[in-house]
Amino acid sequence: MSDPMRIRAVVKGEKVEVKILIAHAMETGQRKDAEGTVVPARYITKISASCNGREVLAADWGPSVSKNPYLSFRFKGGAKGDKLKITWTDTAGDSRSDEVSIA
Amino acid sequence: MKVTGMTLVRARWLLLAALCATAPLTLADDASPDVGAAMRRSFEAKHQAGMERLNQDDVQALCTRYTPASLPPAAAALIQQASLASVKPPAAGQYLGDYRRGEQIAQTGTGLQSSDDPAKPNGGNCYACHQLAASELAYGTIGPSLQRYGKLRGQSPAMLEAAWRKLYNPQADVPCSNMPRFGHQKILNEQQLKDLMAFLFDPASPVNQ
Amino acid sequence: MTTCCARRGLGAVLAGGALLLTGLVQAEDSTQDAIAEYRAMFGDDNPAELWQARGEVLWRAPRGPKKVSLQACDLGLGAGVIDGAYAQLPRWFDDTGQVQDLESRLVSCVTTLQGIPREQFLKVKFGDGDQQSDLEALTAYVVAASRGKPIVLPLRHPAEQAAYALGKAVFRYRAGPHDFACATCHADAGKRIRLQELPQLTTAAGAREAYTHWPAYRISQGELRTMEWRLQDCFRQQRLPQLKFGSEVAIGLTMFLAKTAEGGTLAAPGIKR
Repeated sequence: MSDPMRIRAVVKGEKVEVKILIAHAMETGQRKDAEGTVVPARYITKISASCNGREVLAADWGPSVSKNPYLSFRFKGGAKGDKLKITWTDTAGDSRSDEVSIA
Repeated sequence: MKVTGMTLVRARWLLLAALCATAPLTLADDASPDVGAAMRRSFEAKHQAGMERLNQDDVQALCTRYTPASLPPAAAALIQQASLASVKPPAAGQYLGDYRRGEQIAQTGTGLQSSDDPAKPNGGNCYACHQLAASELAYGTIGPSLQRYGKLRGQSPAMLEAAWRKLYNPQADVPCSNMPRFGHQKILNEQQLKDLMAFLFDPASPVNQ
Repeated sequence: MTTCCARRGLGAVLAGGALLLTGLVQAEDSTQDAIAEYRAMFGDDNPAELWQARGEVLWRAPRGPKKVSLQACDLGLGAGVIDGAYAQLPRWFDDTGQVQDLESRLVSCVTTLQGIPREQFLKVKFGDGDQQSDLEALTAYVVAASRGKPIVLPLRHPAEQAAYALGKAVFRYRAGPHDFACATCHADAGKRIRLQELPQLTTAAGAREAYTHWPAYRISQGELRTMEWRLQDCFRQQRLPQLKFGSEVAIGLTMFLAKTAEGGTLAAPGIKR
């Protein structure tokens, strides 16, 4: 089971500013462990954000995104109290969703 | 009289005794803790980094007690003479090797750490402290810039000998210098030092562009 | 190793990719400016928060043979008080009869309160890509609770004074094939090694700048690194043998740095290259 994402969503004028810190190893498949064995690739391929069920961001990621990725974006049409849900899926088929209320 | 390592040891104690008799030594702290013993209790050997590395030689002991600025003149002279005596000139008086290999040595920061492969040659890590080739922006400022070193000095015997001394045992010029004693401490071998000399002096070297 | 960086003022921003060292010019000042700009891009977003969150879980969870949480752990301000505790460490502890830094004190609590054997807990002191360190997570959590607090170290106990004196003396101890001491790199102002600025640790200003930002998330390693890690890694680079965890030299140096930084405001966990 993966560790929770840390999500901050704040209304700033007309837009909502979102900052997300994700706990994920984002293994490229190029790294070798202490024994010299190649660590298999395991990285996030899809990430999406929805506000009260309406999708506001969808992204395809690859192995170039760093370990413990940080994602920041702004969107229009959100208000204080709305539910912002972030979902990611990785190459191993693992998935995680976390939700916050917009502040 | 050639000042050898042993002579330095005896002379140092005479020096310190004389200093104690005449004026109080300004130590780093009153009631100095037995640092050596604490160090030995606080470390353990790891790969090539053995516990013997914690033992200080006379120069290290003096340079712990004093900074270059606070070093008593008599102690400074002693260190300088002993260091000068330790400098071994290259075979057949040939100072210059290959500047391309020298550049590699200057760029390589590994060697002698517990995490390093003892089978690999040690680097000089010159760029950690010095600016050298103008094209290399990732340089340190702990030591002076060596940009255009050879171009500014030429290759007279005096210049070559001075630079060799500096690389082999910098304390021959600056007692308690921060710069490692690359030749004396066997960090770099004679060929590596010659290659570094070429990196500094060869007109074709990146240092002199 | 890919990095994690943020560019402000754009619609959608993605982390990762190559280092952004735009505008790196010959002059020394411009080099430093570019580095400072790169750091500023991170703002207040620090992956160390992930360690803090995990540390909080570990603090509260009943663990070990005694199935107890760490909530009764005394870090110097009373059982379970973590608010401001890091700002007053290292210090003397009657129950262990030692001067301890945060990390060794956490080990004391884990072994005494929870019954987890020391060797087992310290098997992974410092994490890497393959394993996580509970010690790092707990350290991050406790340190964060002293954010914004000034460092206070009255050094009333003679053992605390002795630790300081030892640290101060070790700082100048030249040894190893390269004759390096801490002072070789950290006794002067305005110097750098390659492109890494070197804090002058012998003055209050310099010590504060450095000490108040450790532990820190080390981008190049993708890990949170603690003070004990920083000290033992310095000694490795000095070509000396392995500094023992929680040893008198480790505690002494930490005490020396913290005391020199006294009055400074803690901003840890920080973020470093």
